Amino acid sequence: MAAAPQKIEAAQTRLDAMELPKGGFTAAARADALDRVTRMGLPGPRDEYWRWTNPAGLNAVAPAAAAPFHPKDEPANFDVFDRIRLVFVDGVFDEDLSDDPVVNGVELVRLQEADDRDIHWAQPVYGVLEAAGQKPVDRPYAALNTAAASDGILIRVTGKASKPIHIDYRHQSEESDPVLHHVIKLEEGAELTLLESGPAGARFNIVTEIDVAPRAVLHHLRVQGREQQRQALTHIFARVGEEATFKSFTMTANGALTRNECIIDIVGDDARAHVAGAALGDGKTGPFHHDDTVFVTHAAERCESRQVFKKVLKNGAKGIFQGKILVKEGAQKTDGYQISQALLLDEDSQFLAKPELEIYADDVVCSHGSTTGAIDETALFYLRSRGVPHAEATALLVLSFMADAIEEIDDEALRDDILSRLEGWLSRHRS
Amino acid sequence: MLEIKNLRVELEDEDKKILKGVDLSVGTGQVHAIMGPNGSGKSTLSYVLSGRDGYKVTDGTAALNDEDLLDMEPEERAAAGLFLAFQYPVEIPGVGNMTFLRTAVNSQRKARGESEYSAGEFLKIVREKAKSLKIDANMLKRPVNVGFSGGEKKRNEILQMAMLEPKMCILDETDSGLDVDAMKLVAEGVNALRSEGRSFLVITHYQRLLDHIKPDVVHIMADGRIIKTGGPELAMEVEKNGYSDLLKEHGISEEMA
Repeated sequence: MAAAPQKIEAAQTRLDAMELPKGGFTAAARADALDRVTRMGLPGPRDEYWRWTNPAGLNAVAPAAAAPFHPKDEPANFDVFDRIRLVFVDGVFDEDLSDDPVVNGVELVRLQEADDRDIHWAQPVYGVLEAAGQKPVDRPYAALNTAAASDGILIRVTGKASKPIHIDYRHQSEESDPVLHHVIKLEEGAELTLLESGPAGARFNIVTEIDVAPRAVLHHLRVQGREQQRQALTHIFARVGEEATFKSFTMTANGALTRNECIIDIVGDDARAHVAGAALGDGKTGPFHHDDTVFVTHAAERCESRQVFKKVLKNGAKGIFQGKILVKEGAQKTDGYQISQALLLDEDSQFLAKPELEIYADDVVCSHGSTTGAIDETALFYLRSRGVPHAEATALLVLSFMADAIEEIDDEALRDDILSRLEGWLSRHRS
Repeated sequence: MLEIKNLRVELEDEDKKILKGVDLSVGTGQVHAIMGPNGSGKSTLSYVLSGRDGYKVTDGTAALNDEDLLDMEPEERAAAGLFLAFQYPVEIPGVGNMTFLRTAVNSQRKARGESEYSAGEFLKIVREKAKSLKIDANMLKRPVNVGFSGGEKKRNEILQMAMLEPKMCILDETDSGLDVDAMKLVAEGVNALRSEGRSFLVITHYQRLLDHIKPDVVHIMADGRIIKTGGPELAMEVEKNGYSDLLKEHGISEEMA
């Protein structure tokens, strides 16, 4: 079915206002993506997939102004970790602020630099996982990203990376609107921890394609910064091979609009894919709309997937979860789990969830659950009866609520880092 | 220590009177027991004293060392020295028992204008107390009450009591759900915390707990009032004859109790 004319027009208007790099090794992928997004059009309010998140702010040619946020008490930005830091300021790579990208077991290059060449190892991945992830649901912004990405990082891991790689996004301009595209390729048996932090711009569109070869392990941890006005749109497209492990955790605090899509294809037997998130929103300090949209496809046997998403909402904040587990024919012994939960700290906030299972194999264990609730009054009284003041007791119970998601982070030091960020946010948002 | 006068309490949501004029006075260092049939208002009394929501005080007073309890928030009552050992201690997944204890102790110290313990200082104190109460140090590492047996949960309450050093301890049906051995362990813990400056109000349905925690005074509560007060022999009497005769004597039908 052809897309509605106004959606196509929206795409055309948006594309006309953008600078589209021709690309070297990405040229064919970019042309193909351009063709796809032109035919799909941009999301409209009637699209089932955008029922709860209004795409108008993303469709607009220019982003709404978003003031950069410079908190004095920002927690150390993974500073205690020995890692390679790659800094993007409003989507532009900053060589002076970045570390020398030398890591044992890792080949690392900027997309902009690599795209001078016609042939590159990233070629079989760039735009390819994204294109595969367009079925059965259109993801027009991801196609737009493939066509228009101005830069990104290409990371190829051949062994056990000697230290984590940290992509550090900074936002300085009120009108920045970067489109970044990363490719991560883990060769057989390779291991990498990938960290991301901060808002990449006033409005940003980031696609990360991750190819996890057999027996490779990827740990991904992302903190999306504490900005109030920024609009974030991200897609992760992951392909997970035999006996491989893919783990991704995202913490979001604040943000006028966040839509994080994660599309995982489990293609090899005995693989594991976990995706988790913890989001905190307080409408009092600015609008908060947070949307997690996840699609996990099991196409191999004896694989395990987990989706664990928690949201804490107050003062009119809004949370969305759309999550699906698709078990294909023959994907026997699949173990699929999905939970999405919201803790509403008042009656003004809202959580909307659409958990889905679609199963075409007969020997699987799949479950999903979704809950919305308030603070447990009995637990609150228990803590207060021990002398813990109301606000602090509430904060402890919020951390308790978040615990399942936080436990998805394997590394203890990183888990503590996230915990201290959560605690910081809670202490700043007590009323 | 604790002075309750003509305390009258209703449920907030429905027009139901639970406490109908309770008078009770617990002296410093004394152990009082409140016994009574189910539904007599024993647990309500403990909740109202510690400040739980859902109750409306329509008349009367309750004071801890001359401070009006009913005017305070639950955490203020705790800082003033009141402690309630719960009948059903609450599980809090994801919050370590140690974190919980330290937050509680330091909150109270802060409220009283005392310096807070550092993590190291606290660890030392909590380990000593746990050891003296025969509590496994592993219990400190686990999330609050999660996966604890009935006995462990009650001992955890006693550990909290030991750390918080309250002046007035209310034990709400601490024996419920415990077998004899677990009950003995809990009672030992309570006895270890008895001191000249600390008072206890032990709420129980059965006399058996009072074999292990010997009270100075026993009160019988029925239909929202204290109907009889006596020495430990009163508990023995109830154990032997049940509550029926006492209730009849006071013109209370068993349904009303």
